[in-house]
Amino acid sequence: MASLSWRRALRPTPTLEQRLVGLSLALAGLLMLAALVLPLASVLIRAFQDGEGRFVGLAHVAAYLATPNLAAAAWNSFWTAAVTMLCVVPAAFAYAYALTRCCVPLKPLFRAVMLLPVLAPSLLPALALIYLFGNQGMLRWLLMGESVYGPIGIVLAQVFYCFPHAALILSVALSGADARLYEAAAVLKAGRGRIFATVTLPGAMGGIVSASVVVFTLVVTDFGIPKVIGGQFPVLATEIYKQVIGQQNFHMGAVVGLVLLLPAVAAFLIDLWAQRRQASVVSGRAVPLQPQPRPARDGPLFAFCLLVAGLLMGLVGVAVWGSFIRFWPWNLELTLANYDFARFDSAGWGSLWTSVRMAFFTALFGTVLVFLLAYLIERGGVGGPLPRLLGLAATLPLAVPGLVLGLAYILFFNDPANPLGFLYGSLALMVLNCIIHFYTVCHLTAVTAIRQLDPEFESVGASLRVPIWITFGRVTLPICLPATVDIFVYFFVNAMTTVSAVVFLYGPDTKPASVAVIHMDEAGQVSAAAAMAVAILAINILLKLLHLAAAGRIEQTTQAWRRR
Amino acid sequence: MLDLLAPAAPRPVHLAVQEVSKRFGRFLALDRVSLEVREGELVAFLGPSGCGKTTLLRAIAGLDPPTEGRIIQAGRDITLLPPGQRDVGIVFQSYALFPNLDVRRNIAYGLRGPAWPREKVKARVAELLAMVGLEEHAGKYPAQLSGGQQQRVALARALANRPALLLLDEPRSALDAIVRSRLRTEIRALQKSLGVTTILVTHDQEEALSISDRIVVMNAGRIEQIGTPEEVYRRPASAFVAGFVGRAGSFTAEVEAPRRLRAGPVRIEAEAAASLTPGQAARAFIRPEDVRLGPDAAGHPGAFEAVVTGVEFLGALCRVHLLAEGVRLEAEIPSAQLRHLGLDRTARILVAIPADRVMTYPEG
Ligand SMILES: Nc1ncnc2c1ncn2[C@@H]1O[C@H](COP(=O)(O)OP(=O)(O)OP(=O)(O)O)[C@@H](O)[C@H]1O
Ligand SMILES: [Mg+2]
Repeated sequence: MASLSWRRALRPTPTLEQRLVGLSLALAGLLMLAALVLPLASVLIRAFQDGEGRFVGLAHVAAYLATPNLAAAAWNSFWTAAVTMLCVVPAAFAYAYALTRCCVPLKPLFRAVMLLPVLAPSLLPALALIYLFGNQGMLRWLLMGESVYGPIGIVLAQVFYCFPHAALILSVALSGADARLYEAAAVLKAGRGRIFATVTLPGAMGGIVSASVVVFTLVVTDFGIPKVIGGQFPVLATEIYKQVIGQQNFHMGAVVGLVLLLPAVAAFLIDLWAQRRQASVVSGRAVPLQPQPRPARDGPLFAFCLLVAGLLMGLVGVAVWGSFIRFWPWNLELTLANYDFARFDSAGWGSLWTSVRMAFFTALFGTVLVFLLAYLIERGGVGGPLPRLLGLAATLPLAVPGLVLGLAYILFFNDPANPLGFLYGSLALMVLNCIIHFYTVCHLTAVTAIRQLDPEFESVGASLRVPIWITFGRVTLPICLPATVDIFVYFFVNAMTTVSAVVFLYGPDTKPASVAVIHMDEAGQVSAAAAMAVAILAINILLKLLHLAAAGRIEQTTQAWRRR
Repeated sequence: MLDLLAPAAPRPVHLAVQEVSKRFGRFLALDRVSLEVREGELVAFLGPSGCGKTTLLRAIAGLDPPTEGRIIQAGRDITLLPPGQRDVGIVFQSYALFPNLDVRRNIAYGLRGPAWPREKVKARVAELLAMVGLEEHAGKYPAQLSGGQQQRVALARALANRPALLLLDEPRSALDAIVRSRLRTEIRALQKSLGVTTILVTHDQEEALSISDRIVVMNAGRIEQIGTPEEVYRRPASAFVAGFVGRAGSFTAEVEAPRRLRAGPVRIEAEAAASLTPGQAARAFIRPEDVRLGPDAAGHPGAFEAVVTGVEFLGALCRVHLLAEGVRLEAEIPSAQLRHLGLDRTARILVAIPADRVMTYPEG
């Protein structure tokens, strides 16, 4: 019985290292609380309160349902998103299939062109469409009397804007093919159609669901395109803006925000479900599939890729060209006049500088935060619910449309009772908002990179008396450097082009370029708006080129060990 | 009094694990495990996958402290000390070599701080490289090394700081048999020459038997037996150990008389059955090399006839599968003898088992 004396639960005292990790996680928890959870909660609360803060139940919701314009907006958002999805996903599938499973020439070019719309603000295709099909459009006759301002313009612009997102997801899904499955099917004498239906499609199903969900959400939550080309056609995104900025009706804005949140959350859950089921089609031992040339298939697909790439390049080209035209379409003389932004908007070139600073700080702080937090969650060795809660918080922003997040920030930070209220209108708040808005994709990238590392690395360090931050700096970070750079670029590019997240938040001296585009377009200065959008695109292309150049060097210096 | 014992006195205990338990949530991964490792000894942990070997090793290393119990190293209670404050080197099951650091930097990873100026590190790394025979691979990255070379790098890295206790977690057969056996002898030679106390986790019983001073057999979070390889092989403490370590044919039987088992009509003399009560159900194990066949069995008091159901050629030895009235047995005999016996399938042959070689345990 004496031996029982030490048979008590042991509670090790945490080391300095563990304390630091715990403290960092707690701080990250506070940040997530202040920058995500509480703002969203204030949207929820506001939707059920009256002006004096009394609970009014469903009164605002009832008012919403009784407003015909708002109900119509919900339906419009829904069906334009559905139509866009039905157009984009099959086309993107064919494009991605050609790039990953066939032998078409010019693959690198097609890949580069596919990225183009990601680098441009969503307003750019809308402006290009106005050049082509607007009231002074060159190809207006093609619409046979219909106006481009409305659902036609929205869907066309959204198809262009969403295509690369879908194509990227689908090419990832299609590139992970296991050649052994195809060999097995061929040995079993399955025909091409049967192989496609029984091997290719099921393997890509997760990607198809993901792509559909992403396209649908992008369309429903995008603000720039309907704002520029939607005309009098009401959709949810523009209605929130009208309620909040136009009528200062925050309660109704909050209700519309909740309505906007519904499809986004539903899409998020569907995607989660699909990814679960997709668990691991490609095992670690998969043999990569080498596409074999087959002219009957490659020829038509090549023609299709040329067509798509031509359309993508063409639309961007029209916007670029239009931005250099003196007076569309009457005087096609080339000029730089449209780039003299000070003539159209008081901020002038300053707004572009604001955008660059905002994007840079978003990328810098965002990358550090995302990577450190992902590392601590995955490898910090802290038990308890905190890491899991933080992981959940990190995936939440994907389900929150930018407009809703922006609205949440106004409601939360503009509240006189909030001690953080001084941030309102500052660049810092916009940076915080962008970091949170684009958090999830970056977090998942970081987690994927970290999970590829042997889980014992920290243990090795610990057993050799090397503190965790040294192991992080000497091993984890160098190995994950390509992923961190990807995250940086993703943050930067998206912060440059975003409208929805910041349109509620800028102050008098912090108007970003993407918002300036909207303002110039509102003022009827379409050419200047296009010029600003082109300038944003140019900066993003520049960064992307830098990234490609840097990636080569990073590959050489930190990834030498990957070569055998 | 003490003087009398001195010549045979075992070396002092280096590590004592006392009543250690480890819980993951509700799952009990280690159940009151106690053992002692003496200075300079090589002890092997042997057991089926998932029995808790790595968990015990990690508790000793301080990577996952136990939920109950005590661990004492060289007289110091280290149960809750962080790994950095213990005197332990560890080679992980996955090796966990840093892929972005070359062999030299991997080995030097733990050599830092004021105690290790650059020149000293360089000298130590060169010494370690020579010790594991990897001098010409010093600039390579782990991905460019074979599995055996990777293990040596991991070993050198763990030994760099001259730990008093070395913990080795063996990978599950990542290496082919010949490489394994060569590494095994190398590790043993290295361990002997350095005199470092070592715990080796292994899935390979042959390895455990051939190189360790003592073996700890584990099953489902418990220790089944601790003993020298000979003890564990010859006198297994439980039916689990008898079945797990080494080959053995086994069958159920009833204790008929104090020293006799009955399986169907077959009666087998078994000294070990003396400890069981007559009428009790028992499980008997017989090592293949203990089974006498043909002329060897003739004249043996309890000899019985069996049918040969199969013969496996193993090289120098042959394994003969036998069936005697429902009792399955295995025998291993030199291949040359097989030809003498003229055995083939369905041949009948006389079988005898020495009474002191039947390992008997209560059934259930
Ligand atoms: N962190 C953990 N959380 C929950 N259960 C765990 C954890 N680590 C180990 N276990 C469980 O504890 C048991 C023992 O695991 P352990 O890794 O010690 O086995 P092992 O004997 O080393 O096996 P192997 O021979 O396969 O390496 C297993 O059932 C395992 O699932
Ligand atoms: Mg193990």
